[in-house]
Amino acid sequence: MLFFILVISLFPLAVGPEPKTLQLIGPGVIWVAAILSSLLGLERLFRDDFQDGSLEQLMLSNTSLPAAALVKVLAHWLTSILPLIILSPLLALFLHLNEPMYWALLKTLLLGTPLLSLIGAIAVGLTVGLNRGGVLLALLLLPVFIPLLIFATSAVESASMQLQYSAQLAIIGAMFLLSLALAPFAIAYALRVSQT
Amino acid sequence: MAVISVINLSVVKTDRLLFEHLNFAVEQGGLLYVKGQNGAGKTSLLRVLAGLVNADSGKVYFSQQNIKDCRDDYHQHLVYFGHKLGINLTLSAVENLQYWCKQHQVVISVDRIFNTLAQLNLVGLEDIPVANLSAGQQRRVALARFWFKQNAKLWILDEPFTALDNQGIELISKQITQFLIGGGAVVITSHQALRLDYPTDELTLEYRI
Repeated sequence: MLFFILVISLFPLAVGPEPKTLQLIGPGVIWVAAILSSLLGLERLFRDDFQDGSLEQLMLSNTSLPAAALVKVLAHWLTSILPLIILSPLLALFLHLNEPMYWALLKTLLLGTPLLSLIGAIAVGLTVGLNRGGVLLALLLLPVFIPLLIFATSAVESASMQLQYSAQLAIIGAMFLLSLALAPFAIAYALRVSQT
Repeated sequence: MAVISVINLSVVKTDRLLFEHLNFAVEQGGLLYVKGQNGAGKTSLLRVLAGLVNADSGKVYFSQQNIKDCRDDYHQHLVYFGHKLGINLTLSAVENLQYWCKQHQVVISVDRIFNTLAQLNLVGLEDIPVANLSAGQQRRVALARFWFKQNAKLWILDEPFTALDNQGIELISKQITQFLIGGGAVVITSHQALRLDYPTDELTLEYRI
């Protein structure tokens, strides 16, 4: 989270305080920072449980693994992404976002960031057995996050021009719901594969 | 009736054949002692038996049912103790065990947990983070599971005696014997000779290159 704030507060200093430029790059900066900071925390999602064997015990119990994975993902979102969303008004101020832009940004963040956690967890499940999976994780995930990034920033851009952006939101929402339905099973499967 | 039986099991790990065409069965009250050098595939065998890893060929049956088809039923009656303890170092002993019991749908009172920990010589250490305990004490916390799962039919134990002192080994041996007398089946690996007063079947895995 500190990383997120640092990145965003450095941008106005580096680019200059011109409101027009900041408004232009603002949504993109916030989204890129959100994606990168979610990657930072993501790596630890299953690692401790994998290393101390809790994950084995979980798999050998009757507890449903997809449900447990979903709870893990929810915990990740609540601890490492929700604080960012709570702080986002302040950061929007840094980047001179006007009010309609901020509301659009908030909506895309609320709909889009759970997607980061859900999809990210699949890749974490796959790389948990590797010792230095961090770089691989980023390489696996960043291409997958690009569509989300495009739709989210384009929604905010539309908002800045006083246009409708419900189409972009609808697409992000559809991606979120699809991943909410399928990701827990994919995560569980990835974790089982990683036991080998 | 065989609690667990294995037919034509072969496992390959990192391009090395660990064992092939392995067949055995463990009856109720049976104790199978898996022997072998380091790297012979003991742990891999136990992980396959527990259903953590799939075998390259062959099948594992629990009460005549393929474990892939009765995963939930199988795991309800299984206690697996592996190299990794499955203990979270930041939680206390009691929290760890409560968590494990909940996970495995074992209903148990906190008093029982405290009593068991006392039996394992962990009096006064129940509430501090497990990270502050010694290696042997951490293992004792994990081994307390042997006292909890009453409906278990099979224990799969991978080196349960490592890092334990003599008194600990005796205590665990006694608990294993009791479980066997009660009709449970045990598959165990150990580099120390088993000090169990119980008829033992042995399975020796050869190290292959």
